[in-house]
Amino acid sequence: MIYRSHVLVCAGTGCTSSNSLRIIENFHKKLEETGYDKEVQVIRTGCFGLCAAGPIVVVYPEGVYYSHVKPEDVEEIVNEHIIKGRPVQRLIYKEHDESGVNTTLNDSDFYKKQHRIALRNCGMIDPENIDEYIAFDGYKALGKVLTEMTRDEVIDTVIRSGLRGRGGGGFPTGLKWKFAKAPESDVKYVCCNADEGDPGAFMDRSVLEGDPHSVLEAMTIAGYAIGAQQGYIYVRAEYPIAVKRLRVAIGQAREYGLLGDNIMDTGFKFDIDLRLGSGAFVCGEETALLASIEGGRGEPRPRPPFPAVKGLFGKPTLLNNVETYANICQIILNGPEWFASMGTEKSKGTKVFALGGKINNTGLVEIPMGTTLREVIYEIGGGIPNGKKFKAAQTGGPSGGCIPAQHLDVPIDYDNLISIGSMMGSGGMIVMDEDNCMVNIAKFFLEFTVDESCGKCPPCRIGTRRMLEMLEKITSGKGEPGDIEKLEKLAYNIKAAALCGLGQTAPNPVLSTIRYFRDEYEAHIYEKRCPAGVCKALLQYTIDPEKCRGCSLCARKCPAGAISGEIKKPFVIDPAKCIKCGACMEACKFGAISKK
Amino acid sequence: MKTLKELEAIRQKTLNELNLRKNREDGIRVVVGLATCGIAAGARPVMAAFVDEVNKRQLTNVTVSQTGCIGLCRLEPIVEVYLPGQEKVTYCKVTPDQVGRIVSEHIVNGNPVMEYTIGNFE
Ligand SMILES: Cc1cc2nc3c(=O)[nH]c(=O)nc-3n(C[C@H](O)[C@H](O)[C@H](O)COP(=O)(O)O)c2cc1C
Ligand code: FES
Repeated sequence: MIYRSHVLVCAGTGCTSSNSLRIIENFHKKLEETGYDKEVQVIRTGCFGLCAAGPIVVVYPEGVYYSHVKPEDVEEIVNEHIIKGRPVQRLIYKEHDESGVNTTLNDSDFYKKQHRIALRNCGMIDPENIDEYIAFDGYKALGKVLTEMTRDEVIDTVIRSGLRGRGGGGFPTGLKWKFAKAPESDVKYVCCNADEGDPGAFMDRSVLEGDPHSVLEAMTIAGYAIGAQQGYIYVRAEYPIAVKRLRVAIGQAREYGLLGDNIMDTGFKFDIDLRLGSGAFVCGEETALLASIEGGRGEPRPRPPFPAVKGLFGKPTLLNNVETYANICQIILNGPEWFASMGTEKSKGTKVFALGGKINNTGLVEIPMGTTLREVIYEIGGGIPNGKKFKAAQTGGPSGGCIPAQHLDVPIDYDNLISIGSMMGSGGMIVMDEDNCMVNIAKFFLEFTVDESCGKCPPCRIGTRRMLEMLEKITSGKGEPGDIEKLEKLAYNIKAAALCGLGQTAPNPVLSTIRYFRDEYEAHIYEKRCPAGVCKALLQYTIDPEKCRGCSLCARKCPAGAISGEIKKPFVIDPAKCIKCGACMEACKFGAISKK
Repeated sequence: MKTLKELEAIRQKTLNELNLRKNREDGIRVVVGLATCGIAAGARPVMAAFVDEVNKRQLTNVTVSQTGCIGLCRLEPIVEVYLPGQEKVTYCKVTPDQVGRIVSEHIVNGNPVMEYTIGNFE
C-alpha cells in the first residue's frame, strides 16, 4: 500500500516512557476521524538518538522533525501539517544555541557530524516489519554470503575491514571468527552479548529496539562462517521492548525461512533463541555469560581455554557484542575497503556512544573513529547546560576512566583512549562539569563494582570493598596523609590479581581520577574541603552578616533548629547542629547564605 | 521459505512504499495546495489522483506533498511541480482528469502542460 505521507513516531525506550504510544494511538484516531488514514501511514520506529528531545515525531516526505511532542499536540499536527501543509512551527526541533530552527532531521547539528552504520535503520524503519528491513537491503548480505562466498572469504572480509569488538575489549572481530572456525566440531555456537551492563549505556538496546533483524542476519552470517547451526542472544530482562521486538523479528525470520532449515533454499541451517539475563553486571563477561546461558551461576572462569575453543556446553563458541554484529552486513555489502576507509589507523569504522550527564543533547550518537571529544561534546552534543565549564568525560563506565579538558582534542579510538588512561568500553560517555566532585565520581563507580562483584575471587571481592572504604573515609572528611598512595597500591594489586575483567578494571576510575585530579583528592584530605561543593561532610554553610537582613526565614525553614538570631540582626548557623540539607540557602531571598 | 528472488521482489515492492522516507537529490516534488481554500475548491481529489497516478506508473523518484495557502485562493486547486535543477511550474484550477496529462507529459517526459499553467489564468 502506498501512502503519500509517513508519520514516524519514536517508540524507543526513552520516548515510550514519555508517552509516545499514546501519540501513536492519537494519530491513528485523528487520521481515521478526518478520513486521512488511507493517505497517511503511521509508523512506530526505534530510537532516533536524540532522546533528550523526545518524544520525537518525523513527518515525511518533508522530513519535518518534531520534538517534545505531547499526545494532545497530535490534533494540531494533523489539522495543520497533514491536512493543510503547514508544519507546526512551535513543535519543530530547535538548536540549543538558538542558532535557528531546523526543519529536517539531517540538517540539525546533532545529526550532521554523525555517520550512521550500526544505527542506520534506527528511526528509519518499523522494527516489527521485516519487509521494511528487507527494503533497505536487509538479508541481502546473507544472500550474498550463502550463494557467492566461501566461509574463508567471509572471515577474510571481516578481517580486512579492521572491525574490532564493540563490547569493550576491542579484539579484532575477524580474527575471533577465524579462531572459532578453526576447531573441528559437529556442534558450535554463535552468541550475542546483549547484556549491556554499563550504567548509562543504551547503545545495544537501541539497536535491538530499532533494528533487530540486523543482528539476526549478522549472527546467521557468523554461523555460516564458523560452522554453527545454533545461536543465542543473551539479553537482559530489563529490556522488555528489545526482548519483544527480538521475539517478533525471530518469528518473522523463521516464517520467511531466513532462520531454520534450508535457509534461502541453500541447504544451510541456522536458528536463534533468546536467553534472558537478570541484570548482573558480571554476566556481561564472556565466560560468566556462557555459564549463565547453560543455566549455571553467572560466574567467570579462568581463560584459557577461550570460548572459541571450549565455550558454551564445552563446544567452540563465538561471542560478539550487538553493535559488532550490527556492522557486519554493511561490511559484506559495501566491502571491507569501504569500512576500513573510515576511522583511524588501528580503529576502523564508527562507534556509537550514549551521551549523558551534563550535556545538552543527551542521546545516542554514532561517529567515525577519530572524531575528537570536543566535536562530540560541543558540536554534536550541543555543549554543556547553563554555560558551565567542562571538567571531564567518563568513558568505559566502571571499567574506564575520565578524560580531562587537556585531552579534548585527542582523536577518539581504542588505543588513544587507553594511552590517556581511559578506555573505549562499550560506549557510555558521561560528561561532567565544574560541579562534579571527581572523588565522589570515583566512589560512585566503585560502589557499583562492589555491588556487582560476583565474589568468586578475593582481590575483587575484598579489595574493591577496601578501596571503597578508603574513598568513603576521604569524602567524609576523615582522610589522612598517605591514603592516596595506599589507594594506588591496592588498585595495582587488584588489577594484577583479579580473575576476570570486572576486577581487573574496577580500580580504573580511581586511578584515572587520581592521575588527573590529584589536587581534588588532596583538598579533601589535607584541607578537608570539597572544591566542587558536593561532599556533604566537608561543606560549611555560613551566613554572610553583611547580606543578612535578619528576617528569620532560614531559621524557620531549618529542620534541625541549627539557625538562631534576633529579628533584624544577622543570624548564625551552628555547625554542630547543621545537617547540610541546603534548605536555608534555598529559602534565603537575599543570597546571604553560602556553602563552601 | 523465501528464495533470493522472492526477497528481491519484496524489496522492490516495499522500497516503493518507503520511497518518501529517502532523501533524494534527483527527486521530483509535486506540491498540492491544501489550505482551506484549496480543499474547498476540490484539492483533495486532485491530490489523490496524483498519488494514484504516481503509484500506477511506479515513479519512485516522485513525492507528492501538501502545502498551505499560496495566496492565490481564486486559482485553487493549485499544484506546483519541482523538477531538479529547473524552475518550478505552477498549475492552476487543476481537476483530477488533468492529472494524467501532467504526470505523463511533464513529470515523465519533462514538458510542462502549458495550457494548465498559471500563465493562462493571470
Ligand atoms: C565485567 C565485564 C562486563 C562486560 N559486559 C559486557 C556487556 O555488557 N556487553 C558486551 O558486549 N560485552 C561486555 N563485556 C565484554 C565481553 O566479555 C566480551 O569481550 C564481548 O562481549 C565480546 O564481544 P566483542 O568482541 O564483539 O566486543 C564485559 C566484560 C567484563 C569483564
Ligand atoms: S527513545 Fe526516542 S529518540 Fe531515543
